[in-house]
Formats: sequence, C-alpha cells, structure tokens
Amino acid sequence: MPVKEVSPVERIVVIGASAGGFSALQTIFSELGSKFNFPILVCKHLGIGDEKGLVDVLAKRTGTTVLLSQDKLPMHNGCIYMAPGNYHLQVESREMLSLSVDERVCHSRPAIDVLFESAAEVFGENVTAIVLTGATSDGAAGVRAVKEAGGKVVAQSPESAEVKIMPKAAIETGCTDAILDLADIASYLRQP
Amino acid sequence: MTETYQDLELQLLLDAVKARYGYDFAHYARASMMRRIRKHMSAAKTDKISDLIPLFIHDEAVFAHFVKDMSVTVTEMFRDPDFFQTLRKNIIPLLKTFPFIKIWHAGCATGQEAYSMAILLDEENLLDRCQIYATDFNENSLKIARSGIYPDAELPLYEDNYSKSGGYTSLENYCSRRYDSIKFNGRLSEHITFANHNLVSDGVFGEMNLVLCRNVLIYFNNVLQNRVLKLLIDSLRSRGILCLGRRENIQFSESSDLLETVDRHQRIFRKKV
Repeated sequence: MPVKEVSPVERIVVIGASAGGFSALQTIFSELGSKFNFPILVCKHLGIGDEKGLVDVLAKRTGTTVLLSQDKLPMHNGCIYMAPGNYHLQVESREMLSLSVDERVCHSRPAIDVLFESAAEVFGENVTAIVLTGATSDGAAGVRAVKEAGGKVVAQSPESAEVKIMPKAAIETGCTDAILDLADIASYLRQP
Repeated sequence: MTETYQDLELQLLLDAVKARYGYDFAHYARASMMRRIRKHMSAAKTDKISDLIPLFIHDEAVFAHFVKDMSVTVTEMFRDPDFFQTLRKNIIPLLKTFPFIKIWHAGCATGQEAYSMAILLDEENLLDRCQIYATDFNENSLKIARSGIYPDAELPLYEDNYSKSGGYTSLENYCSRRYDSIKFNGRLSEHITFANHNLVSDGVFGEMNLVLCRNVLIYFNNVLQNRVLKLLIDSLRSRGILCLGRRENIQFSESSDLLETVDRHQRIFRKKV
C-alpha cells in the first residue's frame, strides 16, 4: 500500500463565527482556496442538525476538504474541521481534535472560547484566532488565552460585519493584532 | 512555564490524586481535563498545576468538587430525541423477542436517561420484563438519580424532547410536581438499579441485551477508550446492542471489528456472534 506523506501540523487557525457567519465563512474560504498548509478549526454557532448543510455547502463552494468533526479525529494540514451542533470542539493534541458535552459557555455549545482556549493550550504561539460576525461575546475570553500564549488574534472589522457585537467584544479585550475586512483575512492567512 | 514542566506537573498531580484517593485520571482526554484543571487553578488563584497538589490532598471538599467536575453531569430527559425515536422504532422490536431484558446505562450522571428509558419501555409494554442498571462513579450524581427529583424549570425542555422522540402522552403522567420540583413515579424506579461503578477501574456487567454509553468515551484518551469499549462489548450478550454518542467514533479502536453497525447515523452497534 502506498504511504501518503503527511506533513506534521506546525500551526493552526481557529475561527469563531455566529450570526451572519455562514456567508462570512464562504467569503473567506472561497478567497483562501484549497492551497493552505495548516488545519482550520471552525466554531460556528448553529442549531443541531444544521451542520450537515453547512459542511456540504462550504465544501462545494470552496473546493476545500471540509469535515464535520468527530471525537478523536486526526487533524491534517489543508483541511477545514467544523464543530458539530451540541458539542464543544477542542484541540486535543498536535495531531488530533476532540469533543466534549460540557456545560454551555456564553449560552453556546459549541463555544468559541472552548475552541480558542484549547488551541492556545496545545499550539501556544502557533495559533491564529479569528473572530467574525456575531451577536454574543463568545470568543472574548478565548482571544485573551490565545494572546497570553503568544498567538495571533484577528477580528473582522465591525463595520464589515453583519452583526458587530462579537468582533467588537474581541477588539475590546485589547488583544487583537489585526482588524480586517473579510477579503483581507484570507490574504492575512496566506502569509507564512 | 515551559511545556515540559507542565507535563511533569500534570503527571505529579494525577499521581498524587491516585495515591490519596484511588481515582485514576491518567488516561482521561487531555483537552477536557486541562479545562477543568485550569478552572480549579483560577479558583485557587495559582498559575502552577503543581500548586493544586497540596490543596487536593489535604482538602477533601475541594477534591470532591474536582471529582464532580471530572464526571460530566450534563444530561437531560430524552436527550437527542431522534436517537430515542430510533430506539423505539428499530431496537425495541428486537428486545421484544427476549423473555427478560437487561439494560445498562454506563455513566448515567444524574439519571435522566435511565428514567427516559423506563418511560419508553413502559409505553412499549416492556417495562415489567426489564431490569435497568444505571451506573456512575460520582456518588453525588447517583444521589440525585436515586431520588428521581429534578428542577421543575427543566420540564418544558424535557416535554419538548419527549414529544419529538415520539412519546405517546405527556411526561406529567410519569411524575408529580411539588414546590419547584418534579419527581418521577416510583413505578419507574422500581425497575432501575442505580449503582456506583467506575469504568476506569471496575469490571464487566454480565449478559446485557442493551448497553448505552453516550458521550462518556469522549472524555477518555485512545488507550482508555479502547479498554472501556472492550469492557462494554464484554458486558453484552451475543447480538446485544451498544449505543454511543452521536459524534463518537469506533473506527480508531481495536475492538471495532467485534461490532457491526445497526444505525451509522445514531451510532448504534450490535455485538457480532
């Protein structure tokens, strides 16, 4: 059997999105294309059962491998992993993601804070966290954890966001390295 | 703090806990465990994992709180209603062929899933032929489970789940309301045995027709997942049914070839002959 060469995961990108996030994610992923050399983990607040449609549409529109996360799924560079409804998505190790059914955070499961904090725990400075449109303050605690661990924090510019509350809450932590429009987030990610 | 020291400190903490109290968390999944440890570090206002060691070994109340955190108590009646609907439609007919039916809820937390099962079995005229075992390692949760008393405020969610799961009447027919609580009828609990059992350290349950262990394995690492999955399978009689959580996985496990899939979507498996 031919052995496929799998490159180790050096850095990781985590994205939090809520209200208005579906179209924002499509814009970023269409712009980014399929040639990126890191895993992207996405926590998008959604109802249970909505996730399958989200995964299918994103995969189709962007030409990228988009997977609905399962517990202990190995992570690979160049793939996008979506949080399933009613579970928190976490970075378990440098090779693997995991799920939990812990209490809701900011009324949400999956919660952006949980994803960001676990990414900071494992990848330290090699994390880029992105907060997109949304109507909650979920993600604010998470960007603090990412910043403390030495990672990079990007917020969508509130004026370009469908709902400003979530990116604003992230910016108010004082932890953001960049505040960008959607189109510029993809080019930011393409930087080595 | 360098990563090496953090690993060492975590190791020391878990060793201390095991030596002092006998609980072995060594093979718990890292991310969820670190979340709990960070929470306790923040409550103790410390930035070192090892600072928790004296706290945990000298203060039983603090440690009891940690154990409570480590045993996830998040559950509800008829959680994932479509799972219970599948159970009612496709699994109950299989169970009906047996004269006596043994069911094990492994990791039952505060017991709502066991009561849900009892109600479902009652509606399918099977309850009198069933013995339900519901186990957890958290004595606090078991106390609530045995009482069958839950906050009244949960009832709308429970009713909604029950109705979506294909329930025939109303949950109010199975419980009494008093003050701010609901209490499930004694007729249901007559068929449920709540017991302390630790999946990490205790042994198999014999000859079960149905084992439910939903969203428990996600808190274990691959080593422990393998071991516990084997324990669950060993507790089933031939062709017995195993139900896991919706996003749980057996494909990376050594024991997966002992099972065949009954419902891929709902994660329902059958032990091969």
